Order: sequence, then C-alpha cells, then structure tokens
Amino acid sequence: MAFEIDEPGLSTTVQDRGRLGYYNVGIPQGGSMDQLSAEMANAVVGNTAEEAVLECTYLGPRFRTTDSAVVAITGAPVDVKVNGESREQWTRLELSAGDELSFGFLMAGTRFYIAVRGGIDVPVVLGSRSTYTLGSLGGFKGRKLQAGDVLHVGPGTAAGNQGLDGIGAEQRPTFALEQSIRVVRGLYDHRLTEAGMETLLSATWTLTPVADRTGLRYSGPVIEWKPREQPFGAGSDPSNIVDAGYAVGSIQIPGGQEPIALHRDAVSGGGYAMVATVISADMDLLARSAPGTKTRFRAVTMEDALAARADYRAARSKLWGNIL
Amino acid sequence: MSHAIVSPLPGLFYRKPGPGKDAYASEGDRIEIGQTIGVIEIMKQFSEIRSDVQGVLTSFEVEDNGAVNPGDVIAVVEVAP
Repeated sequence: MAFEIDEPGLSTTVQDRGRLGYYNVGIPQGGSMDQLSAEMANAVVGNTAEEAVLECTYLGPRFRTTDSAVVAITGAPVDVKVNGESREQWTRLELSAGDELSFGFLMAGTRFYIAVRGGIDVPVVLGSRSTYTLGSLGGFKGRKLQAGDVLHVGPGTAAGNQGLDGIGAEQRPTFALEQSIRVVRGLYDHRLTEAGMETLLSATWTLTPVADRTGLRYSGPVIEWKPREQPFGAGSDPSNIVDAGYAVGSIQIPGGQEPIALHRDAVSGGGYAMVATVISADMDLLARSAPGTKTRFRAVTMEDALAARADYRAARSKLWGNIL
Repeated sequence: MSHAIVSPLPGLFYRKPGPGKDAYASEGDRIEIGQTIGVIEIMKQFSEIRSDVQGVLTSFEVEDNGAVNPGDVIAVVEVAP
C-alpha cells in the first residue's frame, strides 16, 4: 500500500529516531525535530518507536491512500481533514482505500507528524530512514516530498498491536508563544564578559523566521564578548574560535548579535564559539517554537540536565507500556 | 462583498519580486483569480500568495517586509465579476 502525494506541503520529510553514530564524520543525527510528538503518533497507530513518520512543516501535504490505512496526526495544532471533513489529532484515524488526507492552517507551533501503521517504507541508510536534505541522504530519495511521489507503507514491526487509544490532553506537549529553555553553559562561555552572559540568560529573545532543521535564530540585545588578540586559525571577530566540534543544541552568537541554537540537522563543527548548549530534554520544546516565540534561556547544572534527560526518557518509555 | 486573502504560512511578506522591481499588485488594482499579490519567505523558500477571488484589491493589511503568521489577513479584495 502507498500514499500518493498530490501536494507536498512546504517541507514534508520522512523522519525517525535519527541517524546516531556518525556525527564524528560530519553526519548529523537528524530525525524528527519534535521526537516526543513523533513517538506519540507511532504509539497511537500501533507501531514501535522505530517506524518512520512524515514530518510536516507549517503547510501540510495533501495525499491519497491506495488502500485502507491506520494513521494518527500529532504535534503542532492543525485542522486535519479526511475527504474534506474535519478529524481529530492525537487519535487513531481509519482511512479507506482512496481517502484523501489534507490539512488546514497551522494554529501554533511549527511541525506536525503523520504516523501510519507499518511505518513509511524507505531504505535504511546508515541505520536510519531519516531524511537529511542538505546531504541528500536517507528518507525519500534524500529530499523533501514533491507532487507525484508515491510513498510505500511498510509491514511494520509490531504486528497485532492496536496502539494507544489516543493521547490525553494532559499528556500532550504544549505549543506556547512563550518558552523557557534550559541550557548548560559552555563550552566557550569564558569568551563572554560577565555582562554578556547575564544578557544571554536574562533577555527575552524572539524567534525570527530564520529557523529550520539546522537551527533557530533569535533577535534581541547585543551580547558582549571579551576582547582578545585572536589566536592563529580563528577569524577576526571575537565570536570566532579555532574550529571545534559543535555540541548538538549548542548556541553560537556570530558577531554578538542574534544567537543561533543549532538543531538536529546542524553541521558538526565550525568556527563560532558555543556559549551554551540546550539540554537534550528541551530539544523537542525548542523544535516546537514558531517564529515570534518569546524565549528565555535558563542556565542549569549538568546534574540537572542529566536528571531532566532521565525524566524525559522515563516519560517517553511510559508510552510503550510492555510493548518494548 | 469583501474577501480576505489569508496567509497559510509564517514568515516575511514581500510585495515585490525583488529590490527595485515593481510590486506584484497595488491598492486599487483589478485582481484576477490566481493572480500573485506577493510572496512569503520562510526557510529560504519563497511561496507566492495568490488571490482566490476576482475584484479590486482595496487594502494590504501587512506591511511590505512585514512578519506574518498563519491565518493573518494579507489583503482585502472587494469581489466584483
């Protein structure tokens, strides 16, 4: 069975839990930007957490299913339509052969997810079905979907599992226009003046429209760097360093203006000082930000970050009961 | 009857195809169905905003180079055959 794409949407890609283990050779982990929402969609249709889903950005696709299919839509709030009639998010939808799935305007957030029982069947590349568009790697032909594409649905790995009956309102992630994002300082926070770090952690930052799978750029006050004689190999700006590996989620501030938080498709290294790093438990939250979102960066300790990671993992594993 | 042309996307709205070029449409212009009235830039992509009705474009509700969100009214068209 397959989905026949009539309209691709702005940027619809196949994603899964990511391509781990190749960051050292410059291939980012990728995967669904909002992992929790994607995982919830899989849990509802009766997949495991492994199956690939469709990640839809701002403007959703329109497609037909060639056979009956069980799907679920999670993530950013959006009008879901089956043959033009409204349907719910966060629950199982039974489609019949020939049914058309389409979407209205996004009401908040940035990305929503479509899971189908059996998962989107594209080749596994370096251990993942995720699309890395900048490297033309994985997913459907290494690119976002286009009109006329035919996406096959796989047999899945959790045969016989009906899935959760839905995700209750209290369990769903929220898509607020104000966010508090936890960060750990470093690795190059010593390059900021005390006032500079104070500005980063006290200002309210506004997410600009320059935000995608590689990173999110914020507008706000200018950040002060310590002056120094730049070492050999570093650029001339005080925000430049001798090239170094970039932590996933790290924040750089080219020229001291407009911090950029790197996300799942970001490059693995470069020459901008990373002054702080978004903790792994808040990367999904960051991914839910729509342009205009007012954001505070709040510093936590490494211990707090690790505890938050463990809590987030535990919450996610609860979705799966005894399935996994 | 007036009709609102609504943005399906967030991003920046431009009334011109490029610097120094003429605007796609101006207030007071006669507009046909499917005619482009501007573009929205988001994620390094430019999406044309087209009118879904014909008539006279009475007002732009978003500034040139202004930020828009999904559902925002971009322009109002007085529908006329």
